[in-house]
Amino acid sequence: MLIEVRGDPFDPLAELSRYRETSVPAERVGALAVFVGTMRDYNEGSSVRKMTLEHYPGMTERQLRSIVDEARSRWPFDDALVIHRVGELLPADPIVLVAVWSSHRGTAFDACRHILEALKHRAPFWKKETLEQGERWVETNTGGYAPAFPPSP
Amino acid sequence: MGRAEEQLAFENLACVADVWKAVCQGKSLPENVLCAVNMEYARADTPVGDGDEVAFFPPVTGG
Repeated sequence: MLIEVRGDPFDPLAELSRYRETSVPAERVGALAVFVGTMRDYNEGSSVRKMTLEHYPGMTERQLRSIVDEARSRWPFDDALVIHRVGELLPADPIVLVAVWSSHRGTAFDACRHILEALKHRAPFWKKETLEQGERWVETNTGGYAPAFPPSP
Repeated sequence: MGRAEEQLAFENLACVADVWKAVCQGKSLPENVLCAVNMEYARADTPVGDGDEVAFFPPVTGG
């Protein structure tokens, strides 16, 4: 299990393969569920140039650990890797990686989803967006689903 | 509150809501403010004691 808060850009796929080579019992797992969150260049109708992520050092790590432990007691997965960025991010930069290895797919999918959703509501991170003009703090998480496509004419 | 960190010395602070009042000129703790004591989530009526680290912050937006 590895949980990290990083101040510098990271490559989620490189992190995944590095962690898998050194830490995951490859012969035992039958499933790997992965979520990567990346920065959009728009939010709530505005272009976003840059985002600054702040956190509460110490409490963040403690909350992430408790979220992962809680998920593991509910879905007995084999291993997990969670990396979350802080600092200044540009559009397309990875923000968060959640990876869960398990013997079975349902456990991997459900634990991965739970960790991500719990993180969004409980880990003390805050986002400030730099717009074309001015800055604003993000006040709420999105619902997590893309809006439906408009009906064809 | 607009402050990252501050060491405070007060008498007669029983709970988290009292700490807020002491640093915010007697105002009540708003409902949408999150609280933590020693880095665990807490409530307005969570007791506080000597040496505790009390934090107040807005809704979180990570991920």
